[in-house]
Amino acid sequence: MGNLIGWIDDRFPLTKMWNEHLAEYYAPKNFNFWYFFGSLALMVLVIQIISGIFLTMHYKPDGAMAFASVEHIMRDVPYGWLIRYIHSTGATAFFVVVYLHMLRGLMYGSYKKPRELLWLFGMFIYLALMAEAFMGYLLPWGQMSYWGAQVIISLFSAIPVIGDDLTLWIRGDFVIGDATLNRFFALHVIALPLVLVFLVIAHILALHEVGSNNPDGVEIKKNKDANGIPLDGIPFHPYYSVKDIVGVVVFLFFFSLVLFYFPDGGGYMLEHANFIASDPLKTPEHIAPVWYFTPFYAILRAVPDKLLGVGAMGGAIVVLFFLPWIDRCKVKSIRYRSGIFKANLIVFCISFVVLGWLAMQPVNEVITFMSRLFSFLYFAFFAVLYVTSKNESTKPVPDRVTS
Amino acid sequence: MSTDIKSDQEVDTKRRRFLVTSTSVVAAVGAGFVAVPFLSSWMPSERAKNAGAPVDVDISKLEEGRLLVVEWQSKPVWILKRSPKTLSDLPKIDDLLRDPSSENADQQPAYAQNENRSIKPEILVLVGICTHLGCSPTFRPEIGSVDLGADWLGGFFCPCHSSRFDLAGRVFQGVPAPTNLVVPPHKYVSDNVIVVGVDGEAA
Repeated sequence: MGNLIGWIDDRFPLTKMWNEHLAEYYAPKNFNFWYFFGSLALMVLVIQIISGIFLTMHYKPDGAMAFASVEHIMRDVPYGWLIRYIHSTGATAFFVVVYLHMLRGLMYGSYKKPRELLWLFGMFIYLALMAEAFMGYLLPWGQMSYWGAQVIISLFSAIPVIGDDLTLWIRGDFVIGDATLNRFFALHVIALPLVLVFLVIAHILALHEVGSNNPDGVEIKKNKDANGIPLDGIPFHPYYSVKDIVGVVVFLFFFSLVLFYFPDGGGYMLEHANFIASDPLKTPEHIAPVWYFTPFYAILRAVPDKLLGVGAMGGAIVVLFFLPWIDRCKVKSIRYRSGIFKANLIVFCISFVVLGWLAMQPVNEVITFMSRLFSFLYFAFFAVLYVTSKNESTKPVPDRVTS
Repeated sequence: MSTDIKSDQEVDTKRRRFLVTSTSVVAAVGAGFVAVPFLSSWMPSERAKNAGAPVDVDISKLEEGRLLVVEWQSKPVWILKRSPKTLSDLPKIDDLLRDPSSENADQQPAYAQNENRSIKPEILVLVGICTHLGCSPTFRPEIGSVDLGADWLGGFFCPCHSSRFDLAGRVFQGVPAPTNLVVPPHKYVSDNVIVVGVDGEAA
């Protein structure tokens, strides 16, 4: 065995990589449960790739056959229903863990120097994930697939001058049709997964270059022992690799619960109108995106102007990229930050959840008013953060990590 | 064979930089040219372009107040026969509209740029796609309505983002849709047959 590894090590940096990224990657010893979601996101990516590969073996990316082929998977293919539900539940799980992972970053200031690029890679992963999920949702070719895609692609028509030609180019036809379905399939199964995998690698390499943040927001590399090992660090393997398995077990418990008992998520994961084949002549009575896009959709709906609405929706995502420079406070962790920051973050989280709920409601005056109020609060988070973080009254940060 | 490697002093760095830069520029231009066929492949194919053939519609059986939906270029096209009362109600709401007199010339052919937005006053032909984000609005002809308000005089309501249009496809103010619904090119070949998709003479 040792000889084999030695033989490989002479030709490929196997042991070197193992040590750099696992056995001798020193992570802070004070990780709490918020630190499960990164590794869980990686696992969900693997689940999606495997279940997705098997779905492509039965799915037909053809406007005339797509809807029937999904029904074929659900009814005729042995365990086809299970593989498809794993994939659709996986999409929801992906966003759950990614949103919690991002919230962790917000709470503990994990986007701050020196982790700005790490945050940016993460944001690009989020962007690619949204594109991946959106294109995947077209493939069942039901009513919601069709009209959801129609709305999202039409967002680009708000761009002045080139908007209409751009939407024509994206669709490949004057309306969404076979050409659109076929290219979205190609992007969903080849292009975007490749982009995602490369971004995830970049994200992990950036993390391992600067080292993990922790709930105290102190840099463990500042206190090293005689061998240059951080005093507050423990090797990722076996300590966190084993700990993360506990997270996986708990995660799979909830995942299975949804998978086997609520596979359509009450209509929020697989919408009821999507069990009807797409009809270009009729829009469903009530159209709402899948739950993970709803907060941004509510912002779009709150603005009574096409260009401004699309701009606000895009801005709600783009502003997150600039978070490392909007937050000017030197203290990273919420544990040692001011009450203003805590209140601001809580209002932001509430706004995000409420916006998500609002987007699923049929429009009336109350809903529109609330959408505007919470859209305002969403953006106010960044404005308040920018203004108050410069001279924030923080608590003293300990030199070493606490329990 | 003698070695031909020059010492550092002999290297002409200006010449070397010129070569590197010019090679890079030529490569970038080449990559740009190679990108053209790939990007162009996303434009509508010849088959997709030809699919938009004109459609004949027989309206002899269309009753007053009823909406007929036909398919043209895979889009829903509405043909609505309006009552004289509906037509006389149209000017009443001009103040509530963004473009009451159809001044935006992109939204209808010149022969439909009139107060009814139609060739024959009572027959309205529209592309049934919201000018906001492309949903197909619902036909809501009733006068007064629970969700649209007591002063609703009939029109079209988009379920996606609540844009409202009147019975001439004119957009209301304060809704996300920026422009009136599109009147497609169409002409009458006889009293009761409309061809959607080709321009005719002004009526």
